[in-house]
Amino acid sequence: MSRLVVGPFNRVEGDLEVILDVADGRVREARVKSSLYRGFEQILQGKAPMDALVFVPRICGICSVSQSAAASRALAAAMGIKPPDNGRLAANLIHAVENLADHVTHFYLFFMPDFARDCYESQPWWHATSARFKAVTGSAAADFLPARAGWMRAMGLLAGKWPHTLTLQPGGSTHPVNASERLRLLRVLRDFRRFLERTTFGDVLEAVAAIASADELAAWADRHGGSDFGLFLRASRALNLSALGHAGVAFMSYGAYEQEGPGGSRWWPAGVWAGGPALLDPARIAEDVSHAWYADAEAPLEPARGSTLPIADKESAYTWCKAPRLGGEVVETGALARQLVAGHPLARDLVVRDGGGVEARVVARLLEVARLLPAMETWAAALRPGEAFSVEGELPAEAESAGLVEAARGSLGHWLSIRRGRIHNYQIIAPTTWNFSPRDSAGKPGALERALAGIPLGADGRAPVAVQHVVRSFDPCMVCTVH
Amino acid sequence: MSAIRRAAPRAEVTGGGGRMKLIWLQSGGCGGCTLSWLGSEWSALFATLADAGIEIVWHPSVSEASADESLAILDACADGSLPFDVLCVEGSMLLGPGGSGRFHVMAGTERPMIEWVRLLAARARHVVAIGSCAAFGGITAAGSNPTDACGLQYDGANPGGLLGSGFCSPSGLPVVNVAGCPTHPDWVTETLLSLARNEMGREALDELARPRFYADVLVHHGCKRNEFYEFKASAQKGGEQGCLMEHLGCKGTQAHADCNLRPWNGGGSCTDGGYACISCTEPGFEEPGHLFISTPKVAGIPIGLPLDMPKAWFVALAALSKSATPARVRRNATSDHIIPWPRPAKKP
Repeated sequence: MSRLVVGPFNRVEGDLEVILDVADGRVREARVKSSLYRGFEQILQGKAPMDALVFVPRICGICSVSQSAAASRALAAAMGIKPPDNGRLAANLIHAVENLADHVTHFYLFFMPDFARDCYESQPWWHATSARFKAVTGSAAADFLPARAGWMRAMGLLAGKWPHTLTLQPGGSTHPVNASERLRLLRVLRDFRRFLERTTFGDVLEAVAAIASADELAAWADRHGGSDFGLFLRASRALNLSALGHAGVAFMSYGAYEQEGPGGSRWWPAGVWAGGPALLDPARIAEDVSHAWYADAEAPLEPARGSTLPIADKESAYTWCKAPRLGGEVVETGALARQLVAGHPLARDLVVRDGGGVEARVVARLLEVARLLPAMETWAAALRPGEAFSVEGELPAEAESAGLVEAARGSLGHWLSIRRGRIHNYQIIAPTTWNFSPRDSAGKPGALERALAGIPLGADGRAPVAVQHVVRSFDPCMVCTVH
Repeated sequence: MSAIRRAAPRAEVTGGGGRMKLIWLQSGGCGGCTLSWLGSEWSALFATLADAGIEIVWHPSVSEASADESLAILDACADGSLPFDVLCVEGSMLLGPGGSGRFHVMAGTERPMIEWVRLLAARARHVVAIGSCAAFGGITAAGSNPTDACGLQYDGANPGGLLGSGFCSPSGLPVVNVAGCPTHPDWVTETLLSLARNEMGREALDELARPRFYADVLVHHGCKRNEFYEFKASAQKGGEQGCLMEHLGCKGTQAHADCNLRPWNGGGSCTDGGYACISCTEPGFEEPGHLFISTPKVAGIPIGLPLDMPKAWFVALAALSKSATPARVRRNATSDHIIPWPRPAKKP
């Protein structure tokens, strides 16, 4: 058996190393190493609770609003308040702008450039894909970046700027949208719909959202092979990406986008998918640090009691990432998990047929884009200029609460404990903490570690480009993973 | 005779065959300055760089090269076999634990990122700190600073940092501090364009080595809430239209940046978003010594006073203007939307 060390990975957010033990020309075991520690959970201890809204978005420059959303939910729960309708809609919109931007940024800038690599030169699709998606110089980047900048005008309008806004507060939004701004927002949404329909899909969003099975997707790909999504599907079919990179674990979603009415129901619901739907019980979440560079606890700790004490020379450890588990089990999180739990027939069919690998993750992300933008149009239309966008609340001196949201790349949770008016403990479990977790004390590998096992090496004995596809199919955010 | 005398920006830049080669590293930060930069609006980002002869040799978020391909590039840059011109560093320098730098060992290598930065900074013609983390330590240096985070050439407001106060690149410049949390896309692009055109001398940088093109002015300049500021008509809570300085922690009158003259994301700014400027372009902004969104005062007067007028004047004018606030402005200041507007003049 020999060992390959693969890193640094480009086009993942942050720094990542993967250690592959190989035998008989295949990856036998993978270990995922998150190589950067910054200590936000330590920094937050002792701070005024409201100051968390300045610190937590700066955990991550790509999930910045998701971090703000989780903190504002945790603070709102501690205060016992709920934003008015306008505040709820504005928060949904701000969060959706980021999540949608992240999906397409992942597709155009992070994921697709690997299919422009010279190693695929002999493939019949390579010339088109390479001209389109070559990193930096491809025509897609030239088309996409101005479209993305146009889309982010929705952030300037609703949240002042992106990343790192303070607009999201426990009681709603600090930026009341006036009638003229609402019209501008609708124009931005419409402009980006045009980009998606002309360039990304070559089809109307509602038609993409209505694709209900793997067979329908294949037929759609035949009709829309010239679109950017079509180019991906063509390469995916040729490379059999549906059979690559399965983690073989259950899927989890905290649920996304608040709906009106009591009970905090969400447009895409919370839940677990393990061959069939199951309820999510967040009380069964615990973090194991047996293979991470932190002081050991006697047993995995539920995040409300979690601790973060770095020990850089711990022998049994190989990463700064903790190992969160749901009822002791590994779960995968992300767009595919959200769409499975939300019951989308295409997501379910892809997972039933193939288990849910590289192709299913990418398809689910673009499916979400097609579903989310029309919803945003209805949220924007429902804003009522002139009415309140926020309510005030009082923080108690003692409280324990949580804020669970969905970032683009999966489930993000903040657990807050306030004592004597200050932050006593603040624990964060990010989407990629789940997906890129190390082994736990029972020796169970994390989701990516499972997904990489079994991949055949290239003829030159180097790590094959398939490893790059599998890693990026999770849309990892390493700066969130360890914070 | 040539009919067209072509402008020759490529000939003006030097190093690596007439192009300005750029290496970008990320360490103890969030990557948000890169994500902000990708939102560049004034012109197409990659085309703008190409036009100026700027070549991205390696950037962790956008380059094709990964893993061993990346290491081949970085090794060649570090040993001098691949000459490059600009080293951009995003994120704080993590000295800990115990000076080892092991809070960030660059993936695929056994080498702490602070060593990579030292090696590559010694080879670069210009070194640019992207964002307040790389410039001063920034948010990662807050609280107990568990990772011993600092900037490239500053530790907070104190000269020093990873490379030391005496560091000077072959271009004659100290580390150029494009401070901000995050940086505006144009602050980064225009810094790189100025360097490519050899138009950035020491006089183009302020006392903290920030490019003066964006750091000479104050955030308060151009703020849409200026009428409320002039009359000291203040918002009492978030979401109200009034000035955010008196009660809600706004430091726009003390923070150097053109955020309200050069809009963000199509037209926004922090104060437009309804929240305080937290002076994220200044060293030490991460530890203000008070709640970020509330203004510390002595005898009812904010401790932090505007940098663009004498303090005594401000105090006297504040008292005067408060007594002269029009009812319209006073009412709107504490409303979440404008109620009375100035009306057209009545015909005589």
